[in-house]
Amino acid sequence: MPSSYALGVRLAPWLAITLLSLPVAGGLAGVIAPAFGFLPALGGNTLTLAHWQTLLNRPGLGQMIQLSYVTGLVSAAVSLAIVVLFLGAFMHTRLFSAVRRLLSPLLAVPHAAAAIGLAFLLAPSGLFSRALSPGVTGWQHPPDILFPGDPFGLAMIAGLVLKEVPFLLLMSLAALPQCQASERLRMARALGYGPLSAFLKVVLPGLYPLLRLPIYAVIAFASSTVDVALILGPTTPPPLAVAVLRWLNDPNLSMRFMASAGALLQLGVTLAALASWWLIEFLVRRLARDWLMNGRRHNGDAFLGGIALGAVSLSLLLIMGSLVGLMLWSLAAYWPFPEALPQPLTLRNWMGAAGRLGDPLIQAATIGIVATLLSSILVVGALEAETLHERPTRPWAQLILYLPLLVPSVAFLFGLVLIQVQIGAPPGIAAVILGHAVFVLPYVFLSLAESYRRLDPRWTYLARSLGASPAQVFWRVRLPMLSVPLLTAAAVGFAVSIGQYLPTLLLGAGRVSTITTEAVSLAGGGDRRLTAVYALLQLAMPALGFALALGLPRLVFRRRSGLLTSA
Amino acid sequence: MQPLILENVHITLEGNPLLGIDTTIAPGEVLTVMGPSGVGKSTLLAYIAGFLSPAFSARGRIWLGEHELTRLPAEARRVGLLFQDSLLFPHLSVGGNLAFGMTADGSRRKRQQRVEAVLKEIGLEGFASRDPATLSGGQRSRVALMRVLLSEPRAMLLDEPFSQLDTALRDEMRQLVFQRVKQENLPTLMVTHDAADAEAAGGRVIELAI
Repeated sequence: MPSSYALGVRLAPWLAITLLSLPVAGGLAGVIAPAFGFLPALGGNTLTLAHWQTLLNRPGLGQMIQLSYVTGLVSAAVSLAIVVLFLGAFMHTRLFSAVRRLLSPLLAVPHAAAAIGLAFLLAPSGLFSRALSPGVTGWQHPPDILFPGDPFGLAMIAGLVLKEVPFLLLMSLAALPQCQASERLRMARALGYGPLSAFLKVVLPGLYPLLRLPIYAVIAFASSTVDVALILGPTTPPPLAVAVLRWLNDPNLSMRFMASAGALLQLGVTLAALASWWLIEFLVRRLARDWLMNGRRHNGDAFLGGIALGAVSLSLLLIMGSLVGLMLWSLAAYWPFPEALPQPLTLRNWMGAAGRLGDPLIQAATIGIVATLLSSILVVGALEAETLHERPTRPWAQLILYLPLLVPSVAFLFGLVLIQVQIGAPPGIAAVILGHAVFVLPYVFLSLAESYRRLDPRWTYLARSLGASPAQVFWRVRLPMLSVPLLTAAAVGFAVSIGQYLPTLLLGAGRVSTITTEAVSLAGGGDRRLTAVYALLQLAMPALGFALALGLPRLVFRRRSGLLTSA
Repeated sequence: MQPLILENVHITLEGNPLLGIDTTIAPGEVLTVMGPSGVGKSTLLAYIAGFLSPAFSARGRIWLGEHELTRLPAEARRVGLLFQDSLLFPHLSVGGNLAFGMTADGSRRKRQQRVEAVLKEIGLEGFASRDPATLSGGQRSRVALMRVLLSEPRAMLLDEPFSQLDTALRDEMRQLVFQRVKQENLPTLMVTHDAADAEAAGGRVIELAI
């Protein structure tokens, strides 16, 4: 295998960079020309600003923009606040290690499934209101409140926060050792600072720069989300990204010109949200300068710690409640309003759906497995090249890694669709797989890099001095020793692929349907029972992936305990 | 066996000279290099074995008798390494660890017999299929030593090889290691900060200072 190894190590970094940047850059380019009227395939041969005028005259555009912008900033701010307060108040406690174990499974919950579960929990006729009715509320009928789908987007923000908190926590866990958090914290505690004050004053200034890109990714995602907005967001008007999706799916093909302009506008809104955050960051840094050095040891540590505990407990409660709600609805037959539990329980919904489930499940699994495999090979190749040349990843490479997470996907994916149309490339499963890989690769990289870089270089030295070539060291030493983190990273990648809605929808041109696209479109209809079945299956697939990733090594390496503990 | 020759070796870190050495280590001789941490002892071993990190630069040549090593890739140098941790591959059995360094020739059975014989030699008969994580510290060190010797090195480099062992084990391992390298007539370079190691080696000592 030596030659394929050498070739792989040489090519993988460049292939990974191409996979990450080409679709984003190409997609954006593909959306610019039509936005100004140029798309020969649809008869647009002249440059014009007319489509921008149509867009700007669209009723409710201001509200759409505002909704996207505010959602992006508020959900990121709330998520960050919860994460920071929780880390500050509970790092080095037993609660923290318990939550830590829950993180990866929580992260694996697809956005759509979490949003559907939350909708079923908090809706006026949801599980929560049933539990309190009629006893506490006195409601005999579900109250007439628009939630989810409230005009302020609060339900949507809640859904996003629920998913972004585990993401930011996981990113922090990787970053904490890099900024010597434990040492800094111990030092400040020894100087008499309360736990949270110590964290905020000495750890956070080191931690924040390492969290900046993940936070920007959160803002970008939240300001341009489509699936969460479709399920939890307001409809008249919807957030901008949803509107863009509607325009580009309009049977009137000439709407695509305006949709292109809308996609570019979405990019602008996301950039504006990022710029605002950057400005706030700057101001906070300025204002905090004196506070950092004012010598106050306690700053309401207990109070803020209580808030953190409350927020994290509430998040966990919402997730658990969503799960219970989904299960109950999937088993419900007749379930009139104030009843807290459906009577009787039935498997009819599952049996009824069984016939139609095969295809979307197989499609989702195929796309997920191939996209994960492709991403994992490129990531391992890139990390191996980095190890071999003993040089750290450069800052620009880090930025490229985050590119697909920072550019609103509706903008560049739509550009790719237009290119597809223009060059006459057939939409289908291959395009969908590549589209998924663009989003899967960064997550596989982020979850594997830390373990890969931490592997003691002496293992390599030792194996080389025992006569093994670099290729043999890779196949016979490094790869098997990293099999546990590698499988975990693959499970993360698979979960990300299962969760993808927009790339499947757009690049598959409606011909590729996965469990996720089905679940999102069902959620828009009225059948809660069937929706619950789909959402649970959508949730089960990544869970199965994680179970395999955690269980398989324990089975295969049950007599190699050093491998399980070291990883 | 042939001597290990370090010809005018000079190592620099980002332009600052770190250490210089010019010596010949005879077959069966153990040369001890001593000095405080940060003086570049392990860097010297990395240079000889062929893994100098790009932060460092070095000049000077390494020879095994008439045979120059300086430009050879690490796996072709046949220089054995022993670290302070035994570093048994956790994904391989004890027997697998020993077989890893053996040359690929000979039948499967022959190789297996060789492994069994070596295990018997170090008092670990029947341990071939064991998980290395279940071994005691002393047992691991012995397996690590035999793994290097089975790869038939032409010279040995010892990087603080005994510093992780407790006192009783340390004496035992010192004896075993020095006895084996002398028996195999290997030119050996040991870096350590423990004067007792140097004393036990009983050879020349070079002191490095910052």
